Amino acid sequence: MSDPTPLLAPLKPAVCEARVWSPRGFIIDPWHYLDDGEQCPANGHAIVPLTRWRTESNLRNGPIVGVEVQPTDVLEADLVDIARLPLVVLVFPKFTDGRAYSTARRLRGHWGYRGEIRARGDVLLDQLPLMLGCGFDSFEIRDAATLRSLERGYTPAVARRYDPTGSRMRRSPISSRSQAALAAAE
Amino acid sequence: MYRYDDFDRHLVAERVQSFRDQVARRLSGELTEEQFKPLRLQNGLYLQLHAYMLRIAIPYGVLGTRQLRRLAQISRRFDRGLGHFTTRQNLQLNWIRLEDAPDILDALAEVGMHAIQTSGNCIRNVTTDPYAGVAVDEIEDARIWAEVLRQWSTVHPEFSFLPRKFKIAVTAAAEDRAATAFHDIGLRLTRANGGATGFRVLVGGGQGRSPYIAQTLSEFVPQQHLLSYLEAILRVYNLHGRRDNIYKARIKILVHALGIDEMRRQVEAEWAAMDKDALDLPPGELARIRARFASRPLPLVEWQDAAIDARRRADAAFARWEKNNVRPHRSAGRAIVNVSLKEPGKVPGDANAAQMEVVADLAERYSHDEVRVTYQQSLVLPHVAVRDLPAVYDGLVAAGLATANTDLVTDIIACPGLDYCNLANARAIPVAQAIARRFAEPARAEAIGRIRLNISGCINACGHHHAGNIGILGVDKKGTEHYQITIGGSPGDDAAIGSILGPSFPAEAVPDAIEAIIDTYLSLRSKPAESFLDTVRRVGLEPFRETLYGTGRVAADAPTKEPVHV
Repeated sequence: MSDPTPLLAPLKPAVCEARVWSPRGFIIDPWHYLDDGEQCPANGHAIVPLTRWRTESNLRNGPIVGVEVQPTDVLEADLVDIARLPLVVLVFPKFTDGRAYSTARRLRGHWGYRGEIRARGDVLLDQLPLMLGCGFDSFEIRDAATLRSLERGYTPAVARRYDPTGSRMRRSPISSRSQAALAAAE
Repeated sequence: MYRYDDFDRHLVAERVQSFRDQVARRLSGELTEEQFKPLRLQNGLYLQLHAYMLRIAIPYGVLGTRQLRRLAQISRRFDRGLGHFTTRQNLQLNWIRLEDAPDILDALAEVGMHAIQTSGNCIRNVTTDPYAGVAVDEIEDARIWAEVLRQWSTVHPEFSFLPRKFKIAVTAAAEDRAATAFHDIGLRLTRANGGATGFRVLVGGGQGRSPYIAQTLSEFVPQQHLLSYLEAILRVYNLHGRRDNIYKARIKILVHALGIDEMRRQVEAEWAAMDKDALDLPPGELARIRARFASRPLPLVEWQDAAIDARRRADAAFARWEKNNVRPHRSAGRAIVNVSLKEPGKVPGDANAAQMEVVADLAERYSHDEVRVTYQQSLVLPHVAVRDLPAVYDGLVAAGLATANTDLVTDIIACPGLDYCNLANARAIPVAQAIARRFAEPARAEAIGRIRLNISGCINACGHHHAGNIGILGVDKKGTEHYQITIGGSPGDDAAIGSILGPSFPAEAVPDAIEAIIDTYLSLRSKPAESFLDTVRRVGLEPFRETLYGTGRVAADAPTKEPVHV
């Protein structure tokens, strides 16, 4: 007989200070989040909420600025401008809220965005392959178990994935495979 | 059937390894239940009332004999020697231990199977016509497209955390045997004037507490652009579908809120901005996938057979089974055999391990190693030579699988209900059993003719009660199980949602109520060929209401109350 009772385990995940990880390893993060009302430094790498960036025109000239985008933010008319920024931070309020995956793919696909896309919020080990697949490059991680795994050099890599999509991000296995099959047939 | 290549095998093996690791991290406490839940669901593992349930994917309902034998083995070793075939053409094992799940997935992977995306807020197992590839009325083989969609949707990075589950059905024949209008996306392959094939795309259908018939989003999407068009729909849904209320999170609610025209505008705008070359199926890929279906060509067989004629004359039970369960095959001399899992008194959709093995043996000998699962929860042997029908029949009789009731009143769809499911309000299985026993006399069921009777144990409608010609819905009425009856629903080309007849009945009154409805139909039909559905459409609901609630008729327990609207 099976015991269906949920297992005893932490009810809440342990959280610690955020570290930024990329597939090349942990990185020293040059960026910092501007507090409300905090002036943007002339040479800093400052991250501001999209709403603030939209209203403060001086942020568009001079300082190196990245924007933080909530899932409720609609990126439409000003996307051309956003796509010129070096960093776009997409927020996952809960890891089950998948809107940022679509936003990342719209940025990469429609607007050919080549800057950095960073995941922030409830960023967990098992979703990293999906985020990588959608064009994220860096990950601001607070979940202690995820950080421990990454520190051990462990990633839950799913190397193979059917994906007839997104050739701009990487070679798609399905098309490279079919090309190989066609080559073999000839 | 589709044969895996190395890539497919490695992909599934990697997924099993990844899930094994996730289970280990769950058991060690590294993952919380909240973090683990979507991961196990996307690998088919549910927590039910009494145990874990594993829902194994049977992509578009196609099984090989080796696979069916493996399912039998797994059910013996890890479950109670029993499997339940579902309305998504999948198989559920109801008594699983969490610790065994990775080993079961390994055993499945060895025969090219998995449980990926049979649950969770992602694109679920794509369903199709159980007669695809063999139906007389088909334009193309829908299985090829279903496999394309399986590959496209498997571990799709963008669509693994949608607002809610997402179900796609595809059909490529004249008759819709896949209930496409009740899906989040329904795809109907059509041929344009010039001869090119494409898809009519329906969106926003569904059952549950807010049933909707899908509406046409596009009359014709060229087949080569299907994937980018689907990406556009899914993306609009992923970004704008509601996430604040689980009951309003399906795409049908978004379509209803926006209206089909605004939905179309948003999808078209998204689609127009997409780089279709990067998203659509690469040239040659369709042919590659089709080639992996190539099986041994079916040898031509004689259409006429003296022995079978003699058997028909001598054995009325055989003749009845052939008449009710056997359908024409596209190649002369062959037939499609429906193997009913609906013996009156048994659990609809259940098969024990020995029965699975019998069907596998028969498929190996007589049906080119192939079996199909229908969304009506039965099995199909798709390639039987007409001259082999007596042998197949005898084999099925010996295993208790020759019930001659395909598409008849006892061919009931029922969800697991309160016997297993923690969502249910009421039991579905005992009600199905009681009704089937009432109509167990084959001549009587045959006289009633083609009818779809569906039972759900709660408003989530897994038993498709909205789409039943007769639908039965279990409700909780002050702590007791009651059943509300609808009529006039249809899953087919003429898709319709059933209408509630009136107040609900206690379980013991349901067979009488159904019998009264059927008798009313029999007395009202213009000719024996007029189906139940056609009669309801012609005469309306009133005669049936009068039968159930009029003076001196079958008594609902509280006729003065309003119907329970859900």
